[in-house]
Amino acid sequence: MAGSITTNNLSASFGDIRAVEGISIEIPANKVTALIGPSGCGKSTFLRCLNRMHELVPGAHASGEVIWDGKNIYAPEMDATAVRRGIGMVFQKPNPFPLMSVADNVSAGLRLAGVRKNKAAMEEIIERSLRMAALWDEVKNKLGKPGGSLSGGQQQRLCIARALAVEPDVILMDEPCSALDPASTQKIEDTIEELKSDYTIVIVTHNMQQAARVSDFTGFLLTRESGEPGRLVEHGTTSKIFTMPDRKETENYITGRFG
Amino acid sequence: MKMKTLAQDNLHHRRRQAVSRLAYLLCALSAVIAMVPLILILAYVVFKGIGALNIDFLTRLPAPVGETGGGMGNAIIGSLMLIGIAAAFGLPLGVLAGVFLAEYRSPRLSWVVRLLSDILSGVPSIIVGVFVYTVLVLTMKRFSALAGGVALAVLMLPTVARTTEEMLRMVPDALREASLALGIPRWRTIVSIVIKTAGGGILTGIMLALARIAGETAPLLFTALSSRTWPRGLDQPVASLPVQIYTYAISPYKDWHQQAWAGSLVLVLMVLILSVGSKLYFGRKIKPAR
Repeated sequence: MAGSITTNNLSASFGDIRAVEGISIEIPANKVTALIGPSGCGKSTFLRCLNRMHELVPGAHASGEVIWDGKNIYAPEMDATAVRRGIGMVFQKPNPFPLMSVADNVSAGLRLAGVRKNKAAMEEIIERSLRMAALWDEVKNKLGKPGGSLSGGQQQRLCIARALAVEPDVILMDEPCSALDPASTQKIEDTIEELKSDYTIVIVTHNMQQAARVSDFTGFLLTRESGEPGRLVEHGTTSKIFTMPDRKETENYITGRFG
Repeated sequence: MKMKTLAQDNLHHRRRQAVSRLAYLLCALSAVIAMVPLILILAYVVFKGIGALNIDFLTRLPAPVGETGGGMGNAIIGSLMLIGIAAAFGLPLGVLAGVFLAEYRSPRLSWVVRLLSDILSGVPSIIVGVFVYTVLVLTMKRFSALAGGVALAVLMLPTVARTTEEMLRMVPDALREASLALGIPRWRTIVSIVIKTAGGGILTGIMLALARIAGETAPLLFTALSSRTWPRGLDQPVASLPVQIYTYAISPYKDWHQQAWAGSLVLVLMVLILSVGSKLYFGRKIKPAR
């Protein structure tokens, strides 16, 4: 059973500019939660607050609470590195380590965090992670090849395998398919479906069909006026958000009237 | 009407092609002209130096004035020693300073460090020699290999620091984020991901810096001085190829002139072996980032 995440009044800024404000949402365990909204509404920024990646940007700051597994990840005694090990992330653009082989890419998170394992155990983890990411059959004969030699879709699944290898609890995906073709997108969506029995997944997407296809819950973020921070307009089960949303803005967005 | 347009197009096209060819020709010509001095120098040094280059020259001490024969063995070893000392001080300091500038973005301190390093790289090498003379030679009351090495280290510092910084900056942030998001600590991300990815470029910078200091003469005149014996320790004066070449070249003796040419050839070959060798050796291990 994976952990759930609850945010309380989470706000994030870049310098003086507020990107998102006052977001309180429950992200249930072992479910897929999609965050949708027009470009610039702060959904990626919000996502990056959930594993303390946001603060890496110079001048960036977050306030409020993110409760994961009963603990606030922004509490002073929490170590950002430990948080990120438990809450993994897949980025918009595939970013495998270019100098590492396919196998080394997968094991990098463990090796470089100082986890010692014997060769057989490591190979097992590599195979298991690649299988979970639905990539094993395509790369099992080229584990020694550089990660950058794979196709874009394969690289993204390699990044998913790399995130899985450190055995996180939650996986955050920041528009993981926006740089991919439909066939690769299909494979990643199938993978997400498989993964949710073991992980809690949060996926940011600007593709509403994708949100409808893969998620159990959906949150809709919106910047009401330009210059304003993004806020959570509404969230609930995906079927409810897509069939009978409570708010007019949500309905306008999902019916394609703007965004 | 249509014919006219076609004719105009054709004329236009021909003119464009002519301009393109001219630009290409100018670029190619400039590239060739830029290589001419290098090739002339190499050819001339080989032509003048090869005659006096033999095993004795590489392994013997200089002959006393008036005697023929002898070599620059001590100066070759001395130069290697000075480069080694300079690398021991300059490389760790320079690379770490570059890492600081690129990875730990502390705006104010970085600005100061960058400015100072740019100024330092513009300081004439003879002034660095005089500075080290005051700081080390006067306090230790002797010319020494150590003082010479430190002077060379000061000279290579800004080059190494700034090239390291530039190379690290070329590593995309996406890789840093990928690593940090896996729960890999910051220092490990810098060492195993960022520096490794930039490795080829940093190495090239280091080689250029070493090649540059290998030929420095002025700062050594005040620090390592020179010597007609084998190196006797870090706290003793030491011979070096550039200083030996200088001494022999301004001497009135014909066979010393010959030896100065041979010394120049050895110096050029040393730099060549250093840079080509390291490129071949590390080139296989570290592929440049795409």
